[in-house]
Amino acid sequence: MLLQQLINGLTLGGVYAIIAIGYTMVYGILELINFAHGEIYMLGAYLAIIFLGLFTAMGLTAASLPLALILTTILTIIFCSAYGFTMEKVAYKPLRNAPRLSPLISAIGVSIFLQNYVMLTQGATDKVFPQRFGEAGFQFMNVNVTYLQAMIILVSGLLMLFLHLFIHKTRMGKAMRATAQDKTMAALVGINVDSIISVTFIIGAGLAAVAGIMVASYYGLVNYFIGYIAGIKAFTAAVLGGIGNIPGAMLGGIILGLVESTGAAYISSEYKDAYAFIILIVILLIKPSGILGKTTEEKV
Amino acid sequence: MRQSRRAEEQKSRNLNVRILLRYCATALFAALLFLPFKGLKAAGIMFICILTLLSVVSLLKKTKIIDAIKAIHIPEIGRFRTFFIPVLLIASAALPFILKDYYIDVIIMSGIYILLALGLNIIVGFTGLLNLGFAAFYAIGAYTYAILNTKIGLGFWASLPISASFAALAGLLLAIPALRLRGDYLAIVTLGFGEIVRLVLNNWDSLTNGPNGITGISRPLLMGFSLAQLQYYYYLVFVIVIFAVVVIKRVESSRIGRAWIAIKENEIAASSMGINTTKYKLYAFTFGTFWAGIAGILFSAKMQFVSPESFTFMESILILSMIILGGIGNTYGAIIGAFILVLLPEMLREVQLYRMLILGIGLVLLMIFRPQGIVGGVKGVHFRS
Repeated sequence: MLLQQLINGLTLGGVYAIIAIGYTMVYGILELINFAHGEIYMLGAYLAIIFLGLFTAMGLTAASLPLALILTTILTIIFCSAYGFTMEKVAYKPLRNAPRLSPLISAIGVSIFLQNYVMLTQGATDKVFPQRFGEAGFQFMNVNVTYLQAMIILVSGLLMLFLHLFIHKTRMGKAMRATAQDKTMAALVGINVDSIISVTFIIGAGLAAVAGIMVASYYGLVNYFIGYIAGIKAFTAAVLGGIGNIPGAMLGGIILGLVESTGAAYISSEYKDAYAFIILIVILLIKPSGILGKTTEEKV
Repeated sequence: MRQSRRAEEQKSRNLNVRILLRYCATALFAALLFLPFKGLKAAGIMFICILTLLSVVSLLKKTKIIDAIKAIHIPEIGRFRTFFIPVLLIASAALPFILKDYYIDVIIMSGIYILLALGLNIIVGFTGLLNLGFAAFYAIGAYTYAILNTKIGLGFWASLPISASFAALAGLLLAIPALRLRGDYLAIVTLGFGEIVRLVLNNWDSLTNGPNGITGISRPLLMGFSLAQLQYYYYLVFVIVIFAVVVIKRVESSRIGRAWIAIKENEIAASSMGINTTKYKLYAFTFGTFWAGIAGILFSAKMQFVSPESFTFMESILILSMIILGGIGNTYGAIIGAFILVLLPEMLREVQLYRMLILGIGLVLLMIFRPQGIVGGVKGVHFRS
């Protein structure tokens, strides 16, 4: 029973973690809570349904399911990255030097816009994922693990690994870390800060797209408001681990997923969504900089 | 000489073509974004729209209209108060005789939102503490009266101080731990608090009747005389709003108000001037949420029905949008912002479906083109981490 909940929690946590990475990366560089990030995840879920529906109508799904799924994933990631990129250019870049509240409000505006845009174009009712994967799975230490769960855990683990390697082993990753530390100094040593910020948004949106696809296939239902609550929880995960810190976001996401699924099973499922905030408040009171975050002194 | 001019003309023409091509590329990119959700035809329309938009914007940039929009200066309303305020008061007092019930209803709602905006403005506008869960305090005020009235039959006037102080107490209890946090963390904790309150209201069936809400809340009585009729209720809200504005204006210009603004401008400087920043932040939270409690009781007495639906995150954002639209940190701005954001959707009934869409775009455009709001906020307003 407990182990079963741990597996469920890990699945959920993996999804939260990869959304949280998008928040934490943007926060690390721009110090901006990108409220619209959850909406990118929602758009990813919708796009997956739209594209897969299209492929099913074309007969591609019947011919080769894996090919259809791979194409759907690629197209969804491309489109979501484009959304992330555009969002930054339109709503945040003009406000780069504005007071702190301005980009935050702008982000909330983008979030409201995207939610309502999807509601108006796709309808307010639940959308069903065209492909069911069923309960097929395998036994692991007396616990049922569906293939889909295993897939989600594996994919999110791999994505985190790749991202870690990208940040620490590549030139671009180094430039990103430099930009996060000090934008002006990074610009002085020849880093194109604007393009680094764009890349950050593109990677974050791409990850959110993957999360969206996984959730759409896992639950089978999506709605236009899933982005809000998932976004808030992912942000909580990012804060939990220490915002601006990528391994922290991963850890925070997994902790959140575990707490949520065990809490729903053992305490009360009605308050499922509240656990995230309760842990958040508790963590912030004990260690305001998050689990892995560094405390920063306020400078005059 | 002539040749060089021709070459220059040629060059500028080339530049224009290049710019046009760039716009085409941008518009094509933007139109493609709409492709999966709206289909080919809509994407084509978007392409044309965005292309025109880009050209218009570039023309605007040349004529410096954008700078002009940013620089429009609305003179400090306070300067005209000897003229404006009496006129405004008389006009508002006469309204119920002129308007239809429907409009009175709308104006009562805007009065309630004015109270909310005034309260949030104390926290966000004066003191600079971002609060994204303000609807929670509004909910606490509303539910306190709803429960007291339906369970033990307590009247409006007895509940008024209880509701307000419950909301203020909740504000204080949240602020004590939360104020240890810096800017964005505080925002997210208040947001979490808002969600927790909504979830509790939704799930504590025995007390709050869950998602169905509480019905049969009574309208206030004044000395045995029912204020159930809209006109009378209008005057009640009117008097309370006037009272709130006067009190808040007085506090704003008092020692406490000045301390709040000092904290917003620079917390470290304020504390080195001997201001007990924690204490004044607590005052701001308590005082701001107090008004949310009053707005809450007015709301539940007016609707005679409360449900968790009315106190979502969007509600908090709406209130925040009001003070930003009006001009953050400006009491009159908060009033104007609340008034506009309640009235506008009512006027745009035909495009009901699109109003949230418009609000979203509006917020982004407002931030880009006129971040100080309509009236223009207090000078030097900015948020620090």
